[in-house]
Amino acid sequence: MSAQTVERILTQHQGASRDALIPILQEVQEAEGYLSREAVIQISKHLKLPASKIYGVATFYNQFRFQPKGKYHFMVCRGTACHVKGSDKVLQTVMKQLKLSPGQTSRDRMFSLEVVACMGACGLAPVVNVNGEFYAKVSPRKLAQIIQSCREKEAVNAPR
Amino acid sequence: MITFEADGRTIQANEGETILTALKREGIQVPTLCHMEGLPPSGACRLCVVEVEGSPTLTPACSFPVAPGMKIKTRSPKVLEARRTNVELLLSNHPDDCLYCARNGKCDLQTLSMEMGIRQRLYRGKKTTRELDVSSPSILRDPDKCILCGRCVRVCEEVQGISAIDFVNRGSRAFIGTAFDTGLNLSSCVNCGQCVLVCPTGALSETSSLADVVAALSDPDKLVVAQHAPAVSVSLAEEFGVKPGTDLDGKMVAALRRVGFDRVFDTSFAADLTIMEEGSELVHRIKTGGVLPMLTSCSPGWIKFVEEFYPEFIPNISTCKSPQQMMGAVIKSFFAQREAVDPAKIVSVSIMPCTAKKFECSRPEMAPGHIPDVDYVLTTRELGQLLRMFGIDLAAMEPEGADTPFGERSSAGKIFGASGGVMEAAVRSAYFLITGKEYPDLKIQPIRGMHGCKEVRLNIDGLELGAAVVSGLGQARKLLDQIKAGRKDLHFIEVMTCPGGCINGGGQPLKADLEAVKSRMQALYKIDREEQLRVSHRNKWVLRLYEEFLGKPLSETSHRLLHTHYAQRDVLL
Repeated sequence: MSAQTVERILTQHQGASRDALIPILQEVQEAEGYLSREAVIQISKHLKLPASKIYGVATFYNQFRFQPKGKYHFMVCRGTACHVKGSDKVLQTVMKQLKLSPGQTSRDRMFSLEVVACMGACGLAPVVNVNGEFYAKVSPRKLAQIIQSCREKEAVNAPR
Repeated sequence: MITFEADGRTIQANEGETILTALKREGIQVPTLCHMEGLPPSGACRLCVVEVEGSPTLTPACSFPVAPGMKIKTRSPKVLEARRTNVELLLSNHPDDCLYCARNGKCDLQTLSMEMGIRQRLYRGKKTTRELDVSSPSILRDPDKCILCGRCVRVCEEVQGISAIDFVNRGSRAFIGTAFDTGLNLSSCVNCGQCVLVCPTGALSETSSLADVVAALSDPDKLVVAQHAPAVSVSLAEEFGVKPGTDLDGKMVAALRRVGFDRVFDTSFAADLTIMEEGSELVHRIKTGGVLPMLTSCSPGWIKFVEEFYPEFIPNISTCKSPQQMMGAVIKSFFAQREAVDPAKIVSVSIMPCTAKKFECSRPEMAPGHIPDVDYVLTTRELGQLLRMFGIDLAAMEPEGADTPFGERSSAGKIFGASGGVMEAAVRSAYFLITGKEYPDLKIQPIRGMHGCKEVRLNIDGLELGAAVVSGLGQARKLLDQIKAGRKDLHFIEVMTCPGGCINGGGQPLKADLEAVKSRMQALYKIDREEQLRVSHRNKWVLRLYEEFLGKPLSETSHRLLHTHYAQRDVLL
């Protein structure tokens, strides 16, 4: 249960003040995969901080998300090297094919999209990471194939 | 005392003062967008920059303290250039639709770009396109017009203690939003409208009912009735450039008739009625060991605040409706019967210094049988707009009196518009209700004035009463926390949502500084000083209303029409 997970994290921050907000957010996201409304409300009560403040802080940083990750989590690098190598086109392709904006998750929870600043693999630019697996020198065409293969895997798994 | 030099003139200043404060006193204007009187500086807008000799960069006057011997230039080419560039950058993504903007003519950004002589768009940035937030019955948000000065965020957090809104995202993607970017109606916003007062642009304005009211006025099948709140007559003048603190009561009533209202009533009458009910309720609670301290219920922002943040205090709130709603209720019952009109044909419009009143009149409890007590609320600003639209020259109006049966008021009802007024009026009448005698001194000085928290101990016939008056919800929060922590010496607490009371309400004329608000307050007390009828329980028409219709205070009819209930609200706090 998610409420209990958050509760468990909060008990480790007994008597914490607002300074503990970011570590708490990180731990909750680590455990839950994202920051749910319910989690934010729990944290807000614990730290006696308004929910709007917590949302403000969490949206300031790229690392926090407010929707659960999809089964296939796409991270598109928009760092300098990837940008020079055409990562903008790559991102546009993913957005178009998955019908998602960065930070969103598809309704069937299959795909989610995240934009990151650099994954430290500039030599392989442009880079896309799906569920921890790196894809190097991704062209829009190659990307379409990656997405297609995810979909095919699902079609095989799908109950008939 | 410190001596420093600005633009070649020698200036005296107090130690620790900011450059801005010292310059302002000397009559040297320095433009600001993010600065807020009475709050610590935030230094975000960089419009107040000045040149300080020996400093390599420009210095923000709002946050830099004066030092002895400092040499300042406030209008050197470097300063003017920087200020203009800052405004030009703000304009780079600002919508160009001033003609269609709610703030047209009253916008700080517009004024600044005029003052700086900006005649062309020098920088062209990508325009933000966020949706209008029309979810709130009181406040309309247009994020595209926001310049991110942060004043709304600060007033909401630091003055009102609500924090319904904050900065969301970062850098060029930043905007002001609620938690999880929901509509304002789902947030903890209490609709007080203090954010509207401090917004420098058209990003925040009231949700307007003007079009509906104009339509009703031209509908021959409707009986359109107006009521005006105590704080409106002493602030409307500012909408027309007249000196703050000018009372236009009679002229305003005449103007409302010219506009086409079939009847004009005075909400101060309903304030007298409120005192009869609320005073009786207080006496009843004290005599029967009811829940104390009793909290006033006139201010709808405060009511929502308790429902959200302090639901455990709901039993403490007086069950009395606010004067606006009481007036609405007797208009559609007693008045409708008296005039033999179908209540459904009456359009009840109230003119209020308040944005939260728009929310209040839309509460389902305030519409028995799906007929709302009050149909539309216009703010003081909207009334100004209505009079301009209809070509009414206020100055030329001959003063007229409000209509019977709800036209007579005591000045106790009138001072409801200022923080402390409800308490003072209540004490005058509660004393009479308990002792049968008039309160000896009608002026209770300790609870007058702009202080956020005022207290007084009263002795009524041997009965020791602790009374507190707070205005501004941040102050209310402090007091409620004290009571939660075990404070027991208070019996009656008046709370007004806005600092200083309704005279500083969220629907009042814009650009009023503290002095203007004080003048409004003084105008109310001047009316009280010069009035013959100074206590609610001597208002003949209130007494007649009880005789002919309600019976007595707290009667069954009173309870049905004039009292209400509250419930805990689940919002994102």
